[in-house]
Amino acid sequence: MQTRYQGRAWIFGDDISTDHIIAGKYLGTTDSRVFAEHAFEAVDPTWAKNVRPGDLIVAGANFGCGSSREQAPVALKTLGISAILANSFARIFFRNAINLGFPVVECAGLRDRVKSGDVVALDLAGGEVRIPSGETFKFTPLPPNVLEILEAGGLVPKLRKELGTKSMS
Amino acid sequence: MAMFIGGAAPVHPPVPMTGQTMSEKVLARASHAESVRPGQIIDGDVDLLYMHEMLALALLPFNEIGTMKVWDPEKIVVTLDHWVPPPTPEIAKMHQTIRDFCRKQGIRRFHDVGDHGIVHQLIAERGYAHPWDLVIGSDSHTNMVGAVGAFAAGIGATDTAAVMAKGQLWLRVPETMRVDIHGTLGERTGAKDVILKVIGTTGDDAARYAAVEFTGPTVDAFPMNERFVLCNMTTEMGAKVGMIAADDVTKEYLAHSGHEFEPIRSDDDATFLRTFAFDVDGMGPQVACPSNPANLKPVEDVAGTKIDVAFLGSCTNARIEDLRIAAELLRGERVAPGVRFQITPASQIIYRQALKEGLVEVFMDAGATFTSSTCGPCFGGHLGTLAGDEVCISSTNRNYPGRMGSPTAQVYLASPWTVTASAIHGEITDPRKV
Repeated sequence: MQTRYQGRAWIFGDDISTDHIIAGKYLGTTDSRVFAEHAFEAVDPTWAKNVRPGDLIVAGANFGCGSSREQAPVALKTLGISAILANSFARIFFRNAINLGFPVVECAGLRDRVKSGDVVALDLAGGEVRIPSGETFKFTPLPPNVLEILEAGGLVPKLRKELGTKSMS
Repeated sequence: MAMFIGGAAPVHPPVPMTGQTMSEKVLARASHAESVRPGQIIDGDVDLLYMHEMLALALLPFNEIGTMKVWDPEKIVVTLDHWVPPPTPEIAKMHQTIRDFCRKQGIRRFHDVGDHGIVHQLIAERGYAHPWDLVIGSDSHTNMVGAVGAFAAGIGATDTAAVMAKGQLWLRVPETMRVDIHGTLGERTGAKDVILKVIGTTGDDAARYAAVEFTGPTVDAFPMNERFVLCNMTTEMGAKVGMIAADDVTKEYLAHSGHEFEPIRSDDDATFLRTFAFDVDGMGPQVACPSNPANLKPVEDVAGTKIDVAFLGSCTNARIEDLRIAAELLRGERVAPGVRFQITPASQIIYRQALKEGLVEVFMDAGATFTSSTCGPCFGGHLGTLAGDEVCISSTNRNYPGRMGSPTAQVYLASPWTVTASAIHGEITDPRKV
């Protein structure tokens, strides 16, 4: 499993809801490219075009609040966002991201120390984030059961192994 | 403990426990443990899994998990609610996929278009969820169902697929935050005003990962429709679940389902993370202003704000009692010129009841639009979305930018009283003054 990530940071504030991430009008499909294409459209219509695979999101408190729509983390993951670092996450968004094998880390105070475009390095195993000034931020490691899901590459591969089943798709 | 309904054996025999909150009691039962502590990770046996159109998205991971069959079709309920009736060929196809899946899997409790309702309301009114149940729903407002004394939590598509395959879900046992409410509310003020006040005071993430339990004489005196409103919007506090002790009011509400249950409440010596006490004596109507459910103002501070749209709908406030309030105010009145007032009941059962009581005629005489039940307008999906810069007052639960349509639309959240009074006057109006 990949545990080190480095990329450009996109900075967001507090209370970024799933409505901000992907609007309700785009949910009438199961095509993840549609979700990706319209990600954060309400905030900045050009955002999805400017994201490069490997970029990270750094946000404030309560990231992903609102609905249970898994299309929100799917949209960001499909665009190639490698990880999200926030002061805190809304609970369903957090579960959804982990289930997709998408690293989300609660790293208090980070957001106020980085600006858009800064290159941020995340060491998931070491529990540390490094910013351009050389400053490092420790974060509380993920609980073991959550880490297990990430290490398996998501909940689906983990369950397949556990149940001894094979994909039907 | 007093036994409900004729003293027959309870479906969920309680184990002797002390010092536990309601949510801990349910999770202990669901994980076959004597007791559980906050912070502990458990695998809970799911008593009820319910889904709406998210099922279509969950089929992708479900097929990848590869169990072929759902764990127990008798413990699953499915309805269509977000896009009813389907507004596009793609969504009609999505509904077909869901219909076929339910038939092939033997899911008998599939409520198709025509027999539909917003899923939380449908679960509640048909008596599908009971005290002591671990209920998992594919929607964030699953919290509403906790008003019957269940642990009811919302999840996303992959978790939904996992529950379909295994019948279990891992859960972190939440700390419980108690919200104790006392006092007699002012005129034309109800549970919606109370929960807006609670969210506005504590913040939109005050209960992140926590269970919220409502207690106190005001809550005890609330009928079920008002208790559902409280639990429904614990989602806007970030809560995992919202719960209310099951009492005689719950018993009466669930009587038609024929389900027998033991009462459930938190022990007197249970540990709470925090208790918020609210004195709502004489409190008046409250409004959450754009664009956060915690952006609270008393109605008099925003009265006079011009509106383009008034919407009475959603799982939060579109029950028959809410429609009766709208009819009471609309009788002999007209919706203000240039304002569209849309009323969308939370289920087909409510639709029928509104017809029977003559409410629909009152709505139409007043120039309001009455539609079939759907979540559509609340999440900006279809059947009444907002244009740029339009101002809407809504009985729904969220007002983040773009929630009900254009990102520049402005949404104010309020009670059915305030929404209807505002529709008549074309501006945000204190319902006590009409």
